[in-house]
Amino acid sequence: MKLHNISFNNLRRRKGKMIFLVLGLFIGVATIVTLLSITESMSRDIEDRLDQFGANIVMVPKSDNLSLSYGGISVGGVSYESVDFAESSIGRIREIENSKNLGAVVPKVLGSAEVNGRKVLLMGTNFNDELSLKTWWQFQGNVPGEYELMVGSEAAETLGLKIGDQLSMKGHDFKVASVLMATGGAEDGVIIANMAEAQQVLGKEGRVSMVEISAFCRGCPISDMVLQIAAKFPEAKVTALKQAVMSKMQSIEMFKSFSYGIAVLVVFIGSLLVFITMMGSVNERTREIGIFRAIGFRRGHVMQIILLEAMVVGLVGGLVGFLGGNGVAWLVMPMVIKDGAFAGINMTLGGISLLLAVALSLLASLYPALKASRLDPSEALRAL
Amino acid sequence: MATATVKKCEHLFEVRNLGKDYQSGESTVQAIRNMDFHIDDGEFVSIMGQSGSGKSTLLSIMGGLNHPSRGQMLVDSLDLYELSSEQRADFRSEYIGIIFQSFQLITYLTVLENIKMPMAITGITAKKQDEMARSVLEKVGMADKADRLPDQLSGGEQERVAIARAIVNHPPILLADEPTGNLDSETSEEIMKLLQDLNREGQTIIMVTHNPDSCRYSGRTIEVKDGNCYIQ
Repeated sequence: MKLHNISFNNLRRRKGKMIFLVLGLFIGVATIVTLLSITESMSRDIEDRLDQFGANIVMVPKSDNLSLSYGGISVGGVSYESVDFAESSIGRIREIENSKNLGAVVPKVLGSAEVNGRKVLLMGTNFNDELSLKTWWQFQGNVPGEYELMVGSEAAETLGLKIGDQLSMKGHDFKVASVLMATGGAEDGVIIANMAEAQQVLGKEGRVSMVEISAFCRGCPISDMVLQIAAKFPEAKVTALKQAVMSKMQSIEMFKSFSYGIAVLVVFIGSLLVFITMMGSVNERTREIGIFRAIGFRRGHVMQIILLEAMVVGLVGGLVGFLGGNGVAWLVMPMVIKDGAFAGINMTLGGISLLLAVALSLLASLYPALKASRLDPSEALRAL
Repeated sequence: MATATVKKCEHLFEVRNLGKDYQSGESTVQAIRNMDFHIDDGEFVSIMGQSGSGKSTLLSIMGGLNHPSRGQMLVDSLDLYELSSEQRADFRSEYIGIIFQSFQLITYLTVLENIKMPMAITGITAKKQDEMARSVLEKVGMADKADRLPDQLSGGEQERVAIARAIVNHPPILLADEPTGNLDSETSEEIMKLLQDLNREGQTIIMVTHNPDSCRYSGRTIEVKDGNCYIQ
């Protein structure tokens, strides 16, 4: 028989008591974990939703003064040659340090073309990427295929184009597959074609005029990413669309501050619950501590027995609480946010939960154990 | 054990001008007024008195559990209360076996584990602990109930386990506080005979009781009345 046998036998044979203590810790830890997990999942969900609202970084060439523009980029008019990038170099964007924060990278070629004797801005892009970036775009017709076009609402009206119409640009025949509904943006006045075909029409094979980038704000300041991209493309002007980024960040920060505020409150209440439970449990053992002391146990021996028990209860309570909290978060998340997904088990939070549970359990047992072990054994026993 | 002042003393226990006061509100109650007596090695002494006479307080002071207000308590020439609280814990572990008034067994430990409990802090090997515990269990006639929990035992059986736990470390002194207080007369007699047998084997026993019948098993009785003692 060693001191730890006394601790383990107490936990093993007084299961009701042990379950009650673990339950106290479970409720405290699980509440904290549930709240933090839901907060994290909600933050991610909000970030993901916000990230769908278009590009937040734009890369354009350091260019001269041009007469036609799209989204802040100047393109060559009749008398200017626009500066551009080699399409093959765009892949370098994905080599930046924070590449994991990169979402869609959508290169575009821009230039003026003639349709029915009128000058029009032609944009070449990858339709799938473009539509994933511009989730608010609505259009009639289909996503354009080979040698098919999407026409902006203003351009369609001015040029008298409708779905199914044929038109020719620099000897290439195209069919209008869809008409974009008015967005109020620059795309209203453009004709959009597939990248390779637009490059052919504009005589810019293998060239790119600008790149729109969607970066996920989570865990990375956009300004860092802008600098990282600029370092890869010294010939480019990389800018963050500050307004979009700031509003994204602000919404997330506000939500995070709110949830952390709630979490602090929950940690406090949970800790208090654990503290009271553990203290009550040790206080109940005053008589038993008296027996140990009367038999010849030193204070250190008594403390060893009680603190070992507290540690085991803390570990079990922390672990069960962490798993339970994650389970509840997983169950509750779809109810909190429509189509919201649980962000996954956070091991750091797991480690903190265990530490918190053990520390609370030890701390809560320490004072009453110390007090009881300092009592005169006869006073503790009240029998002698 | 740590050193303490060694007084000249020929007896195992020597109580000198011992007194104990308790504070009750603003008044002081003298539980023990002034006691002087001694107990020799191998004796079986009854300390007899009515409830509230101070006999249990005396026993707790003799066991190093309760600091006296005045006087000396010498055990084997050591002044017990010159030792620190932790040194007195060591003293209890080495010198004293206590049989408590209401058994005071640990409810979540089996009979065998309860008996082994005092050895948990001694460094005796697990095998030796088992041998010693089973040997005393045999002695008190409880060998067949080693794996029972205390609440599965009768009062008499619990008392036997309490005795076994008190003697397992072979302490020189056995203190018993009303060992038959919670037992019927037949079981009381069995327990008293057991204590008598232990004494015959050389165990020093100091027993507190209010029952004159129990005193006939001891060699000598010290009567305690109103905080004073009268040696018979």
